[in-house]
Amino acid sequence: MRDGTRVTPKKLFVFAACMFGFGYALVPIYDVLCDVTGLNGKTGEVSQVEAEAKNVDVERLVTVEFDTNVNPGLPWRFEAAKFKMNVHPGEIAEATFVVENISDKPVLGQAIPSLVPPLASLYFDKTECFCFTAQLLKPGERKEMVVRYIIGPELPKDISIMTLSYTFFRSLDDNDVAVSETKFIEAINTKS
Amino acid sequence: MGEAVIHEDHHDHKPTGIGRWLFSTNHKDIGTMYLVFSLIMFFIGGAMAMVIRAELFQPGLQFVDPQFYNSMTTVHALVMIFGAVMPAGVGLANWMIPMMIGAPDMAMPRMNNMSFWILPFAFTLLLSTFFMQGGAPAGGWTMYPPLVLQLGDGFPFLIFAVHFLGISSIMGAINIIATVFNMRAPGMTFMRLPLFVWTWIITAFLLIAAMPVLAGAVTMLLTDRFFGTAFFDAAGGGDPVLFQHIFWFFGHPEVYILVLPSFGIISQIIPTFARKPLFGYASMVYATASIAFLSFFVWAHHMFTVGMPLAGELFFMYATMAIAVPTGVKVFNWTATMWRGSMTFETPMLFAIGVLFMFTLGGFSGLMMGITPVDFQYHDTYFIVAHFHYVLVPGIVFGILGGVYYWLPKWTGHMYDETLGKWHFWASTISVNVLFFPMHFIGLAGMPRRIPDYSTQFTDWNMIISIGGFGFGLSQLFLVWVVIKCIRGGKKASNEVWEGAQGLEFTLPSPPPFHSFTTPPIVTNATAHS
Repeated sequence: MRDGTRVTPKKLFVFAACMFGFGYALVPIYDVLCDVTGLNGKTGEVSQVEAEAKNVDVERLVTVEFDTNVNPGLPWRFEAAKFKMNVHPGEIAEATFVVENISDKPVLGQAIPSLVPPLASLYFDKTECFCFTAQLLKPGERKEMVVRYIIGPELPKDISIMTLSYTFFRSLDDNDVAVSETKFIEAINTKS
Repeated sequence: MGEAVIHEDHHDHKPTGIGRWLFSTNHKDIGTMYLVFSLIMFFIGGAMAMVIRAELFQPGLQFVDPQFYNSMTTVHALVMIFGAVMPAGVGLANWMIPMMIGAPDMAMPRMNNMSFWILPFAFTLLLSTFFMQGGAPAGGWTMYPPLVLQLGDGFPFLIFAVHFLGISSIMGAINIIATVFNMRAPGMTFMRLPLFVWTWIITAFLLIAAMPVLAGAVTMLLTDRFFGTAFFDAAGGGDPVLFQHIFWFFGHPEVYILVLPSFGIISQIIPTFARKPLFGYASMVYATASIAFLSFFVWAHHMFTVGMPLAGELFFMYATMAIAVPTGVKVFNWTATMWRGSMTFETPMLFAIGVLFMFTLGGFSGLMMGITPVDFQYHDTYFIVAHFHYVLVPGIVFGILGGVYYWLPKWTGHMYDETLGKWHFWASTISVNVLFFPMHFIGLAGMPRRIPDYSTQFTDWNMIISIGGFGFGLSQLFLVWVVIKCIRGGKKASNEVWEGAQGLEFTLPSPPPFHSFTTPPIVTNATAHS
């Protein structure tokens, strides 16, 4: 047996192992790309001080629409108090959402935001949001929640309207998460 | 090589009974097992396709419920890709590569045994899901979350089956590279390698680069479902679209893993029956390598509609178009090889010309879908089903069938029945076009894929497609008939088998001795294939 017959496979196995790692490396690479391009409408976060330092462009008005969804695994009602509002770029604005637990158990929920058009998400920052942490609602509890946001004055001129969408999921830290998922899968299987 | 050597080989110890196959380290026996396994899987996957076509013969729900129908489309794809096409390619590589490069066997014979015997276990895992709570995978072979995560008890079986298939093909690929890099006969330089060997080196590198990424993606699915990670779960900050990116980073190289061996086979067949050397040998090698390289930069053309920045859509559109250039070089070279050749049309040549025509046709519809703005209309319709079946069936399966007919006399020592072979070719060619061509029309008219029912205006074409489907399924029985008949007897095949055949495998007797080239042959410019 020539030496190469021993060495070549070793090198190739190492290469295969590296490619397995590369598959996992794609996860952070994807997150960075999303941040840079605004892909998937991931919005940013700024401090109150930074937001106040921005110039308000009173000449321009931008329409922000709100869209609310609840994942089927979560027994909640979730709505925006106002469906749309007009804001000036650079101005700190505030929107209110109402959420209600319609089950007889305490539930931990997590809201996930998404903004379209994706390009606008590069200029859309929040100083305060109920989506930053998971929300705990007692049985039947109804709660008003606030998001405070600012649209950067550098927003490209051709964007005059954007939609901020929230989906509430059952938090992965919720005690019942495993139970509800099993029930969900069972429901699907028995339906078929 | 002297007669004495061959004589000794004939008396070489050959294990007997079931142990010959279970513990085999012989490249020829393992190649045979791969090919037989692939044929069985071809019929299992084909039976699922027949269920699909029976259901779609008429609108409305006739035979199966929608969940089972979706299992049929999903498992049909997994079985055909990983069970039929890939093992057939590895089987041909096992049989032919050592003989083509003048090596006595594969570099790692025991690993070769292992990579084959993993396959039956992997498919037992996959097919056993049909008998489980929640049924077999039904969310599409692409396993997109969150749908795939809703599969019942079969979910971990699906994931581990994919892991096993990955391990098997990575080991097979490593073996092939180690063999070609280290065990070539003296004088067999890289640029003298037969093109089938070249396409397999490149395929093997694609396998080693792409399969681990798929293994990573399905492992993430597994931990998302059972261990509380949230790679693709939006509730935990993950993103289901990320899966599509990782999957297709594997998925696009995978389509070249499937097709390149077929390109290699027809690059062997066409020069033989045109009685001319392959036109543009070096450009064939470089074109194959370019296709493989580019295949890592086009994945997002599978997901144009997912919501991407304009720059991304344009990049992936242009990169996709670029692949047409080296592919065009290959098609040109095959055509130029036939130009003014003394052509005869035995069954392998018919299949090779079939590949050349119909793969190119499938390539054209691929180009159409590579154009981002129009892809929004074609996405997830029967147009894409028509496209990938054109490249997979008359493009790849025909290539494999051509290879089987080309080398069958070498393997068995008998000529196959040429009349039956021609029947097989013509029955397959006519039915495959009746089956897949009308899918273009109903796809453009808007019939979606993966749905067991359809709007009544699609009825006529669907009936014709189903008839083509049943015809294609039945035509494959000719193959079984020809192969069994050829194994049992027939006209004795000469060493060369074909008048214009070149290459080291045709210097060996037919059938070749159990151990061949224990003394390496010397390859010179005059005896080299290229």
